[in-house]
Amino acid sequence: MADWFTLAAVFLLLSVAVALGRCWRGPGPVERIMAAQLAGTGVIGVAVVLGAARRDAAMLDAALIGTLLAAVAVTAFARSAAKPGDRPEGRG
Amino acid sequence: MSWIDLAVLALLGTGLAFYGAGSLGLLRFPDTASRLHALTKADNLGLGLVALAAALHWGSLAVAAKIALVWLFAVIAAGITSQLLARQARLDGTRSHPDGDRP
Repeated sequence: MADWFTLAAVFLLLSVAVALGRCWRGPGPVERIMAAQLAGTGVIGVAVVLGAARRDAAMLDAALIGTLLAAVAVTAFARSAAKPGDRPEGRG
Repeated sequence: MSWIDLAVLALLGTGLAFYGAGSLGLLRFPDTASRLHALTKADNLGLGLVALAAALHWGSLAVAAKIALVWLFAVIAAGITSQLLARQARLDGTRSHPDGDRP
């Protein structure tokens, strides 16, 4: 059973590698951040799966920290990329 | 192989399929909004199914609660992320399709 979980971790890493193609192609910074975000979700999945394969609860702590910090990078990107007072629908 | 093992394998396989679909969607979809859709929905459904498989395999209630917490935070993060990225894409004036108008 544990072998299946390890195999799943390998598949997840491959899937993240495929998605990094979007980081390379762009075209905009939003797409690149999206690819980074998908890598984050993929690595959280890897941590959960490897934790289940080895019955190692420490991997779950790592996954928990990963999810807690997942939105921080995007928030920093949105704050730095938007000019002050920017609104999608004009002023308001 | 017990019924629980079969359920774990089925959940794991479905979850991995959704992960693959999310990655493929991010790579192949034509515009920013649909890529965001693949990223924030398919991927988190995949994580949920994989987490369910892990919790079932582990067979402990305390660990299952922690795994559920991991998934809950991932979903909250995906919600925040999609709002911020969609807003940023709109501010950047990204086209909704290569041969469409500006959004």
